[in-house]
Amino acid sequence: MREELHLIMGGEAGQGLDTVAGLLGKAVVRSGRHLLAVQHVMSRVRGGHNNVRIRVASKPVQGPPDTFHLLAAMSLESVELHRARLADGAVILVDAGWELPAEPGLVAIPFAELASRPVFRNVALMGVIGAMIGIEAEALGELVADNFRAKGEQIVSSNLDVLAAAMGWARENAPAMPMPEAAGPSGMLTMDGNQAVVLGALAAGVRFCSFYPMSPATSIAEGLAQAAVDMGVVVEQAEDEIAAANMALGAAYGGARSIVPTSGGGFALMTEAVSLAGVMEMPVVFVVAQRPGPATGLATRTEQADLDLVLHAGHGEFHRAILAPASVADCFHLTHKAFDLAEKAQTPVFVLSDQYLASAARSVEPFDLASLPPVAGPDLSDDDPGTYHRYDWSAPVSPRRIPGHGKSLVLVDCHEHDEAGHIIEDGGIRVLMQDKRLAKIDVLRDEVIPPAYTGEEEPDLLLVGWGSSGDALREVTELLQGRGVKAACLCFTQVWPLIPETFLQRLHAAGSVVAVEGNSTAQFAGLLRKVTGFHIANSVLRYDGRALTAGYVLERLAPILEAL
Amino acid sequence: MIDSKIYGQFTTSWCPGCGNHDVLLALKEALARQGLEPHQFAMVSGIGQAAKIVHYLKCNGFNGLHGRALPPAQALKLANPELKVVVESGDGCSYGEGGNHFLAAIRRNLDITLIVHDNQIYGLTKGQSSPTTMTGHVTKNNPLGMLDQPFNPVAVAVAMRASFVARAFSGLKEHAATTIAAAMEHKGFSLVDMHSPCISFNKVNTFGWYKARCKEASHDPADWAEAMKVATVFGEEIPIGVIYREEKPSKETLLPQCGQGALYRKAVDMGKVAEHMAAYA
Repeated sequence: MREELHLIMGGEAGQGLDTVAGLLGKAVVRSGRHLLAVQHVMSRVRGGHNNVRIRVASKPVQGPPDTFHLLAAMSLESVELHRARLADGAVILVDAGWELPAEPGLVAIPFAELASRPVFRNVALMGVIGAMIGIEAEALGELVADNFRAKGEQIVSSNLDVLAAAMGWARENAPAMPMPEAAGPSGMLTMDGNQAVVLGALAAGVRFCSFYPMSPATSIAEGLAQAAVDMGVVVEQAEDEIAAANMALGAAYGGARSIVPTSGGGFALMTEAVSLAGVMEMPVVFVVAQRPGPATGLATRTEQADLDLVLHAGHGEFHRAILAPASVADCFHLTHKAFDLAEKAQTPVFVLSDQYLASAARSVEPFDLASLPPVAGPDLSDDDPGTYHRYDWSAPVSPRRIPGHGKSLVLVDCHEHDEAGHIIEDGGIRVLMQDKRLAKIDVLRDEVIPPAYTGEEEPDLLLVGWGSSGDALREVTELLQGRGVKAACLCFTQVWPLIPETFLQRLHAAGSVVAVEGNSTAQFAGLLRKVTGFHIANSVLRYDGRALTAGYVLERLAPILEAL
Repeated sequence: MIDSKIYGQFTTSWCPGCGNHDVLLALKEALARQGLEPHQFAMVSGIGQAAKIVHYLKCNGFNGLHGRALPPAQALKLANPELKVVVESGDGCSYGEGGNHFLAAIRRNLDITLIVHDNQIYGLTKGQSSPTTMTGHVTKNNPLGMLDQPFNPVAVAVAMRASFVARAFSGLKEHAATTIAAAMEHKGFSLVDMHSPCISFNKVNTFGWYKARCKEASHDPADWAEAMKVATVFGEEIPIGVIYREEKPSKETLLPQCGQGALYRKAVDMGKVAEHMAAYA
């Protein structure tokens, strides 16, 4: 039995690959295996070539897979596109109707017999793969029935017939490729990063979400919209991103915990409102799911190139925090934390993810809701309303009351203002107010998450990364250690503010330090140099729109390893 | 009815004789007639001379960005449906920089009131043309006279079947106060396009110019076709008063989430979060 099983499924948009991958993935996780399913999607609704890459393992899965044991081709194009990614002895599933010449590993599925109509082909493929990798027929049948229930019993029963026929055919005609042993904990969830952001926000008491649709962030707003009535959340699709960001400030002013999901191009339009949140001292959470730029870039692909944008967004000077989840679990916990931090420091807080993390499904253990820390809230007292001043400068963070809650009047202003919130032009008051706001850095510093260090102490090679590349870095580190290299990695899940005392000694202790980032200019390495003076001379960068994988990093580390 | 002195007196940065003083008086009068104490409503504004009004009366206030008064005002209403929300800003802020938000706000139909101080010029930036500047009007940036045709906010709002559309003139204070009060008492999005002369930078559309033209409209504001005809009249005659009115449910009354008061009062139900999480098992 393999330690891991890697599958790739390719086809055109509109062929139902998503459904196959989603249901198979869920079945795999329910059977006790760990999973990572990465979407590679073109920006179109029909045609083109999409693929899903699935990694199944007994132990928790790290980065995306590089080579595959099974290729399921829904379109002829898929066969040649992915042939180079196949491991020795791989199996290729094709349509018997294509009448391809026989070759070792090629399995022709008689789709025309198994699926009476083209619309059933995806379920037939699911049945064939499910039978090959050893998923119970009942388990897959239950998922198929749940998926199609809304379309009526007739559709459910037709799909179940196709599924049963396909599984029966595969048991007789296709090779068995059993999944690795089921060693995961029972009750694992199958969830992508955006879904975890939604749950984190709900657990933190999100009450308002304003957005303008943009891949890969849209599913956050859609997820919240599905839960909105049940959970008491208002989700508003704004007329543009400028409105979305300004709405979130208005809702936050009204006491609602507010979130704005977006991506780089949309976020660029929001930057004036980010500055407004800075001067108004308004708690708002922005989730920026990155995709490649500049401009429209590669709309459905991944990149880590908006760190500089998010770090500097908004004119003038004010503090912010930027959290960069490395995993689906991080998406949950860091979103939850972002709401607390935004209220504690009364300033915008960012969750910086990317298309890969946002849309790749993973097996995760259920989040421990009972042990979540409390989330800070506004000041719901109404003492001495006549003397209440929103920007009382006796402390960096002033009590934030809510208009209409009591008799206190709450005035917030985009201009420089006095303690009451009224416009001022006085230079002395300006300096006092700016110093008050800047002093909030201590609130943010107290809460900074230090980077995670994995591997040898005083390594010959130290890999430094941030956000979603963490898993690939940890995988590379383990592989190198297995080859006898003294390797380690330092993975940041908070990229601002940075506290050098928590990591600088690690950089100095390493023989060679390499920055690994999903961008073309090593933005985070540049930020580290600005903050610490430490220059990371070597880097492995990826900016072809695909996620960092262990294979990609190892290949590019080769010359550096030779020089060690 | 309460005493309008409750809203206080503030030193303003408006020119003596500016129409904005009269709009402020009319607003206070309208608030007092509705018996609204300062903590019972919120004023939201953008940038411009008119937008400073938030600082000139005792109120809850959100003085936001240029052009962006409507988005936070609508979100505030959604976040706390019990709060009266009034938006005030100028023609540049409301119809120029914020034009897209104006259209979207009409479509959303939340129960808020937008009062636009429409002086047909940019005052704070000292005399450039605005979306409502008339064709031919010579301004600093249009030495040949304004070539573009003016935006008619009232006609656009009526065409879109905004829930309540009115035009008023700051020089007719009693009429202005009555119109603002009617707009605020109307359930749904209400627009008051309030002509308020800029004495420093608009020498065309002066106090006397408006005074000679503004006359109370006499049609049935529930009749959309009649309202469209009246809405497009602007020039030698300017019909004022309620131009169009349509009773329809405002958006916050259609959202079950908004039916239990301010959203911030609702505690997190971890049991329900657990149910949503379990859907991924």
